[in-house]
Amino acid sequence: MSPSRAPKVTVSMEVPLGVTQALDVPVGTLQLRTYWQTVWQRVLRDPVTLACGGVLLVLIAAAIFAPWLGLSDPFASDSAKRLLPVGSPDHLLGTDELGRDMLSRLVYGSRLSLTMGVVPVIAALAIGGVLGLVAGFVGGRVNMLIMRVTDVFYAFPSILLAVAIAGSLGAGVANTLIAITIVFIPPITRVTESVTTQLRAMDFVEAARASGASTYAIIRTHILGNVLGPVFVYATVLVSVSIVIAAGLSFIGLGASPPDAEWGLMLNTLRTSIFLAPLISILPGFMIFIASMCFNLISDGLRSAMDVRF
Amino acid sequence: MNPQSTSRTPLLSVKNLRKHFPVKAQQLGGPRLMVQAVDGVDFDIEQGQTLGIVGESGCGKSTTARLLMHLIIPDTGEIALNGRPVMRPDGIELRELRRQMQMVFQDSYASLNPRLTVVDSIAFGPRAHGADREKARGRARELLSLVKLDPDQFGPRYPHQLSGGQRQRVNFARALALEPRLVILDEAVSALDKSIEAQVLNLLMDLKRDLALTYLFISHDLNVVQYVSDHVLVMYLGKVMEYGSVDDIYHRPRHPYTQALLASRPSMDPDVKLEASPLVGDPPNPINPPSGCRFRTRCAYAEGVCEKTEPRLHALRAKGHAVACHMSISGSGHSKA
Repeated sequence: MSPSRAPKVTVSMEVPLGVTQALDVPVGTLQLRTYWQTVWQRVLRDPVTLACGGVLLVLIAAAIFAPWLGLSDPFASDSAKRLLPVGSPDHLLGTDELGRDMLSRLVYGSRLSLTMGVVPVIAALAIGGVLGLVAGFVGGRVNMLIMRVTDVFYAFPSILLAVAIAGSLGAGVANTLIAITIVFIPPITRVTESVTTQLRAMDFVEAARASGASTYAIIRTHILGNVLGPVFVYATVLVSVSIVIAAGLSFIGLGASPPDAEWGLMLNTLRTSIFLAPLISILPGFMIFIASMCFNLISDGLRSAMDVRF
Repeated sequence: MNPQSTSRTPLLSVKNLRKHFPVKAQQLGGPRLMVQAVDGVDFDIEQGQTLGIVGESGCGKSTTARLLMHLIIPDTGEIALNGRPVMRPDGIELRELRRQMQMVFQDSYASLNPRLTVVDSIAFGPRAHGADREKARGRARELLSLVKLDPDQFGPRYPHQLSGGQRQRVNFARALALEPRLVILDEAVSALDKSIEAQVLNLLMDLKRDLALTYLFISHDLNVVQYVSDHVLVMYLGKVMEYGSVDDIYHRPRHPYTQALLASRPSMDPDVKLEASPLVGDPPNPINPPSGCRFRTRCAYAEGVCEKTEPRLHALRAKGHAVACHMSISGSGHSKA
């Protein structure tokens, strides 16, 4: 619970008949929080979102600081120590089919897997966000053009589209990033467009236009702040989808290639050992599950925290 | 149309304002239907006066306001502010028009950005016209005092932390931030409680006097229009039915529609009961308005001529009083002319 929980005074809209003066709420008692402060207060009261945020922070920190964690070399194989069980001395999470340390490979693998989860979403956010803003704000034929083109991409299931694009570009991490970015541009464009279109019809945007402000100033002050929230929430869901798609592409050989450490690829190479060492073989899949689940739950938490009804 | 305005240039002059909105065709390749939202409206507003526009829902009042602001671009029409035509090479620029002419909307809540504080909402206009942040905020605080809201108390609040009346005052402050000469009030007090409405109306009248403003006051509330206006324009289905001074319109109405509107007002005397409803039904569909006089389908005096020819807005002997009805045009063919 936050320490500064002074009772929040909400100004009543119902003015008793005859009361014509402004409601005299002393300045000190009325909590004047900005929107983001309110959202943050709500997140602090949501244990699930906080827990997921904690797990993700640990994962991200481990990925960033992997070289300094004193882990063994993720590429050093030792044929004498293949498929050691979880809990072996020197190999806390065992070893894989080539005798490489699993803990080290999982941590180093998170670097690639998390990157492939986050980077396409950020890229798609930049491109799709701009497209959606333009389509929503300009409207008319521009809207028609942009939205019908995105509909074409919508016609394909996302994983199939990613496979098709990655397949035609060729295997490799960079191509996987491009493929997933292209898959995510249409949904982000659509979400941004629908929110922008709703906002454009609002009186406060009309009033801003009536003040003679430039289109740029209107978008920056009145549209962007109101679009960012819902689009950001949606983007967090896409991160979890992105992690799964990236792992899937690597699994079928279109993403990272051996000997890289990447969760989807590790899942593939360990697949043959599933009967010999089931626990080890499942570990990369477990990591994929944890990471995408956390992003998903955080998105849910943010959605409810940002749903501040005014 | 307004015989008074021959010598002085009116602050706002509107001629033949017209806007038809296309409607989606009923069937593929079918005829393209048009809603005749505003169809040839003319009027002048003198500096310092208040023109009231009244009419039922859907008669084109709000569209007229948005056309004047150029939030919707008119199909035709000559709009001149202080004698300078709008959007002509030699005329007034859109940006300058929108500085000199401001608008207040009906929905006080929807017209404020929920993510901006009151001060920032008001300061947006001056900022857009080049004032720096601190100067614009200082100006916003002055304006809050002007609309009788304490800047320290209300400036840092968000719209949801204000009551309806307070929010509408903020909207006035925002409209005044650019020092306009003409303010369009589109049902600006209609959504308020009666007690708050009176208070806000008085504030409006004070501001008008102190800042030498001119108002275009759009409302469906006949009593409020009578209270604030100098001249009144009665609209029906996108057309002007009658125009005149408040006195003429409220005490010597000539158009049957104006008469019916006035008769529909509830009396303050509980013993006076309306015998029959003066107006029956809803206005006809503006996609396909009646031929001739648009009011004839609901008019008690309609005759053959009303169906055949459309009555022009016709100046009466009383100064500045004009009416579009065959009964007031001698030789029109109507039996009561």
